[in-house]
Amino acid sequence: MIPYFACILLVLIGLYAVVTKRNIVRIIIGFSLVEYAINLFFALVGFKREGIPPIITELGQSRSNFVDPLPQALVLTAIVIGLATTALMLALAMRIYEKYRTFDITEIRRLRG
Amino acid sequence: MIELYVLLAAMIVAALVAIEIKDLLAAAVALGIVGFSVAIMFILLQAPDLAIVQVVVETLTVVFFAAVILRTTNSDTTIAGRFRHELIFPTVMYVTFGLVFLVLVGRALAGLPEFGNPTMLVAREYIALGLERTGAANVVAAVILDFRGYDTLGEATVLFTAVIGVLTLMRRAGRRELTSENRN
Repeated sequence: MIPYFACILLVLIGLYAVVTKRNIVRIIIGFSLVEYAINLFFALVGFKREGIPPIITELGQSRSNFVDPLPQALVLTAIVIGLATTALMLALAMRIYEKYRTFDITEIRRLRG
Repeated sequence: MIELYVLLAAMIVAALVAIEIKDLLAAAVALGIVGFSVAIMFILLQAPDLAIVQVVVETLTVVFFAAVILRTTNSDTTIAGRFRHELIFPTVMYVTFGLVFLVLVGRALAGLPEFGNPTMLVAREYIALGLERTGAANVVAAVILDFRGYDTLGEATVLFTAVIGVLTLMRRAGRRELTSENRN
């Protein structure tokens, strides 16, 4: 159960950055932390003690000690999408900096209009 | 499994550094430490496909962060020692949500099987029939490309939508904008 709680702790750390930090880049870092925590949680749920990777290396091999392949398959695409959304957020942050010359979200609100 | 616990601890410490250190470039590097610890943990958790993807993605993430920070600024002016009134409401909301979240997570984890002992109700069939039905020796590849192909199609849509967004935001100024600037 301890690895699960470490993941939950990482989610809370990332959420703390998203909610209370005022620098846009740090908010994006918080989002990335939450994403890593969720990905890791899925891999932890699928883990089996004394398990081996779910890859068939020879015909007629015993498949009873494979780890769960389903969470791994779900996470595999989620990791790549995480990269794309992080890149999108970073591109937005860069355009915001070009317009307002600051990463501070309270300053950006003041400069509106 | 002692390595797993060491890496989890390193990951938590690096995450705290990433959100508290003043220099943004150092924060991006700390985020890289978190990502690479996750990659090594994927190897320990017998998920080689995930480890390969995570290493590539984490490298690119740090490069993107570094590119943005180097083109803008790396000093975080918002970290100030003095107390700020704007922080009261977010902090109260965060603590409230965190407590509710922890209670719900505690109840959810009680329903999960013990760590290292998954139930594998759905995966049992994928493992038993993966090679015969799809011809893929890697069961993970059989699941993403065959058993759950529509899932992957949807996720590819999300991926390319995000890529279109990035390209739209990062493109050079349009033709009309350029000509009006030249006139001035």
